[in-house]
Amino acid sequence: MRATVLVRPKPGILDPQGQAVESSLRHLGFEVSDARVGRLVDVDVATDDKTEALAQLERMCEQLLTNPLIESYEIELEQA
Amino acid sequence: MSDARPVIPVIVWPGSNDDRDAQLALERLGVEAPRIWHTDEALPRETAAVVLPGGFSYGDYLRCGAIARFSPVLRAVEAFAAEGGLVLGICNGFQILTEAGLLPGVLRPNASLSFVCRDVRLNVEQTDTPFTSRCVDGQELTIPVKHGDGCWFADDELLGELDANGQLVLRYAAGENPNGAIADVAGVINAAGNVFGLMPHPEHAVDPLLGSADGALILGSLVDAARLSLAAAV
Repeated sequence: MRATVLVRPKPGILDPQGQAVESSLRHLGFEVSDARVGRLVDVDVATDDKTEALAQLERMCEQLLTNPLIESYEIELEQA
Repeated sequence: MSDARPVIPVIVWPGSNDDRDAQLALERLGVEAPRIWHTDEALPRETAAVVLPGGFSYGDYLRCGAIARFSPVLRAVEAFAAEGGLVLGICNGFQILTEAGLLPGVLRPNASLSFVCRDVRLNVEQTDTPFTSRCVDGQELTIPVKHGDGCWFADDELLGELDANGQLVLRYAAGENPNGAIADVAGVINAAGNVFGLMPHPEHAVDPLLGSADGALILGSLVDAARLSLAAAV
């Protein structure tokens, strides 16, 4: 089952990368604010069971894909 | 005090690059410092302390230190630390220890987003640790940093707790913070007092020829503590 994990810096965590991106967007003339840069992980999980896949993905996020002190995550499963 | 040379292994991951400097610095302080490959599942039996060196283990993929923490040797380091063994993490080693949960907080990209490589002045905030015992209270040290991800962070609650416990052992001197670390924190010790991590590189400051020998105070403190543990074990 194909899954996408979105990792974001938690609210309130300083995100210098987001600030740099926002500043560049402003230089290009876009009226933007509060840009935040996270990370995206696409992965195939070897199960067709949605509940099992979600459970595994949550463990992946907690053990490796995120640092819970500074990052939150969101899991998206591809519709079968 | 024992005349035997304490054994302080230096762990090597793919991408470590300060392991030889750490080895050399420790050897000059009278220590045997074998370099241990990350796939080893055990530390040498006579290990008196362990050093996790600087570098870019696993290319800093995902987050600095996030992959190295799963290497077999780290299980051995965790077991060693759990029994009170002395563990020192320098730069990437510090990052690995925070990712492994052996030290509090996390190291994030520098606020400037730039790699920084220069001498910094540090204040020693605690001298009653095995890593700073050769320093005097309030002593200022000059030790170089070289990192892109040295911005130590803890939320207010954790920061307050660490401060109250005296765990914020090293801070950048006023105006010196090179990375935006919260509360100017440069080095943190665990609650038990046997695991310490710092962003500056003491192994690069062990001889006046290098611009400073202040790093030898940190490593020398560790060597003193290792000798004591050796003597206690006899």
